[in-house]
Amino acid sequence: MFKILFDRDTWQEIFGSIQKNRLRTIVTIVGVLWGIFIYITLSGAAKGLDNGFDRQFQNVAINSMFLWAQSTSMPYGGVKTGRNLQLKMEDAQYMYNRIPELQYIAPRNARGIFGSAAPRVVRNSKSGDYSIYGDYPIFTKIATKFIYDGGRFINQADIDQERKVCVIGERTQSELFEDDENPIGGYIRISGVFFQVIGVHKYVPGGGFESDSDIFIPFTTFRKLYNTGDEVSWFALAAFDDADILAVEEDVKTAMRSKYNVHPDDERAFGSFNLGEIFNRVIGFSKGMNLLSMIVGVATILAGIIGIGNILLISVRERTKELGIRRALGATPKEVRSQIILESVFLSLTAGVMGIVLGSFVLAIINALTADSSTFPYTNPTVPLSYIAAALILMITLGTLIGLIPAQRAVSIKPIDALREE
Amino acid sequence: MIHLIDIHKSYNLNTNPLHVLKGINLSVDEGELVAIMGASGSGKSTMLNILGMLDEADSGTYTLDNTPIVKLNETKAAQYRNKFLGFVFQSFNLISYKTALENVSLPLYYQGLPRKERQKKAKEQLTKVHLGERTHHVPSELSGGEKQRVAIARALVTNPMVLLADEPTGALDTKTSYELMALLQEINDQGKTIVVITHESDIANMCKRIVYLRDGVIVEDKKIKQKKAKDYVE
Ligand SMILES: Nc1ncnc2c1ncn2[C@@H]1O[C@H](COP(=O)(O)OP(=O)(O)O)[C@@H](O)[C@H]1O
Ligand SMILES: [Mg+2]
Repeated sequence: MFKILFDRDTWQEIFGSIQKNRLRTIVTIVGVLWGIFIYITLSGAAKGLDNGFDRQFQNVAINSMFLWAQSTSMPYGGVKTGRNLQLKMEDAQYMYNRIPELQYIAPRNARGIFGSAAPRVVRNSKSGDYSIYGDYPIFTKIATKFIYDGGRFINQADIDQERKVCVIGERTQSELFEDDENPIGGYIRISGVFFQVIGVHKYVPGGGFESDSDIFIPFTTFRKLYNTGDEVSWFALAAFDDADILAVEEDVKTAMRSKYNVHPDDERAFGSFNLGEIFNRVIGFSKGMNLLSMIVGVATILAGIIGIGNILLISVRERTKELGIRRALGATPKEVRSQIILESVFLSLTAGVMGIVLGSFVLAIINALTADSSTFPYTNPTVPLSYIAAALILMITLGTLIGLIPAQRAVSIKPIDALREE
Repeated sequence: MIHLIDIHKSYNLNTNPLHVLKGINLSVDEGELVAIMGASGSGKSTMLNILGMLDEADSGTYTLDNTPIVKLNETKAAQYRNKFLGFVFQSFNLISYKTALENVSLPLYYQGLPRKERQKKAKEQLTKVHLGERTHHVPSELSGGEKQRVAIARALVTNPMVLLADEPTGALDTKTSYELMALLQEINDQGKTIVVITHESDIANMCKRIVYLRDGVIVEDKKIKQKKAKDYVE
C-alpha cells in the first residue's frame, strides 16, 4: 500500500482520471469544501463565543450568589404578612455555621443603588453623584476587582481602623481628577467626609449591576458614615467549587427563614440571585452552539463525501470500458480498487484542506473585525488543532469508506463484460 | 504451446443456455500465425477470450506453455494476461486521455517497472511499429491505422508469448489493413506467435494457417502458403 502511495505514477494515474472530467471534479470538491468550511467556521465561531463568555464571567466566581431581604408574604408565628426583614451582620456567622458548602460570605452595604439616593461626592470645584459601597476585602474573592497599578483594594487594616479610604472607578477618576493627575493619595469628599483614594478599579462589563463610577469604602467606615449599625444590604456568597450552587441557594434561604421566623414556604421573604445558574445557562448555550456546529459541519461533510461517492460511482460507470482495458492489460482487482479509493481520498482531502484554509481565513477576518469590541462576547475565534486533525482524519476515513462502494462496483463487473461496453 | 482440448462454453440467456463452443480442439505452436475464420456468431471471439483468460470455459482443458489454465481467480488471471498475452481489438481500446506513449507503457506500469524503463521500452516498441514520431499524441489525433499500431505496440511491449487479435483490421480500409498485416507478418517473422480473428479471406490468406469455425466447432484447419502483405502495399 505504501509503495502505491508514494509512487509518482499512482498519482499520475489519479490526476489523469481526475483531469479527464474537470467540471465533475470541481463540483465534487466544492461539495466537500463547503462542508468542511461550515464545520471550521461554525466551530471556530462557537469557540469564539465560548471564549467571549468566559471573558465576561472571568471576574465573578461562578459558584456565587447574592442574598437580600424583602418582606414576608405569608403570616407565620402570629405575625401578619408584610413584615419587613433586614439582614444583619450576625447572619454571616449563622450561615457559615449551618451551610458548610459556603466558602466566602461578604456583607455589603450600598448607597446610590436600588432606589436609595446617590451620595454627593466633591473634589475641589468638581462634584458628582456616585454609588458608594461598604465592602470587606473578602468581596474580591467572589468578584475580582481589577485595580490599576499603584493602587490597591480595601484591606483588613482599613476595616479594623475604620479608615477613610476609598477605591474609585475609572469614570469617577476622569470626572473628579485632571487627566495628568495621579488620583492615588488624593482626597475626595463623600457625604461631607474626606476620603483618601487608595486605588482605581477597572470596570469589567458583564459583572452585574456595578458600573465604572462605583466607589468602594471599608464596610466599617460605611457603617459609621451612614449609621447603619448591624444592617447589611445584601450578602455576596461563594460556595466551594464542587458545591451545587442551586442547593446552597436553597439551604441559605431555608436557614434565613428559620432564623428570621419566616414561614418555611415563604419564597418571597428573601431574594436571591444565582450567578452559577446564569453561567450554566450561558455555558449551556455555547456548548449547544458547539454541538450544533459540530453536527451541522459533520452532516455537511458527510453530504459532501457522499457526493464524492456518488460522483465516483458515475465516474466508474462511465469508465467501465477503460477499467476493462486496464484489467485486460493486467491491472489486478486490488490495483483497480486502490486507484479508485485513492481518487476518493485525494478528492476528499484536497477539498478538506481547501475548506480548512478558507474557513481559517474567514475566522481570521471575523477575529480582526471583533478584536476591538470589548462588549461583544466574542474572543479569539480559533479552531483547536484537534478539530482540524479530526476533520482531516474524518475526510480520509470517510473518503476511503465511500470510495469502497465505487471501487467494489468497478471490480464486480468482469473485464470481458467491461470491454464489451460501449 | 497452446493446447485447447474439448472446450465447451455456454451463455445463459434468460434460463435457456446458448451453447456457443461445442468441443474445440486446437493446438498452436510457437511462431505460428493463425487466422480464425467463420461467420458472425460462430464463436470466434468466445474462443479467443478463453485463450486470453478474459473468459473461462465451462469444460475442457487449456494449457499455455505447459501451464494448465484452470480456475484462475481474477488477480491471477490479470497477472497471467499481463505476463503471457497481448491483446489487439477491433475497436482499438486505447485509453482516450492518454498519449500513445502512456498507453503503451500502461502494461509495464502494472508489471511494476520503474518509470524510466517503461518509457524507454514503450518508445522502442513504438519505433518497432513505425510510430516513432507520434508518441505524444492522444488517440483522437491519430488515424485508425496509427491507433491500431499503438494497440499492437501496447500488446507487445511486455514481450508476451502470444498476440491475440480480434478482427484487428475490422475498422480499417483495405490499404491500411494490408499495411497492418505487413506489420503483423514482420512481427511474426521475428518469432512471435499470433492468433488473428478475421472474416476477410484476403487477410486470412496472409497468415500461415487458417482455422474455420462453424456453430461452435472447428470444421477445417489447414496450413497455407502465406501471401506477403508487402506485395499488396506499394
Ligand atoms: N456475454 C454473452 N452473453 C450471451 N451471449 C453471448 C455473449 N457473448 C457472445 N454471445 C453469443 O455467443 C455467440 C458467439 O459469439 P462470438 O463468440 O462473439 O461470435 P463471433 O466472434 O464469431 O462473431 C453469439 O450468438 C453471441 O450472441
Ligand atoms: Mg467477434
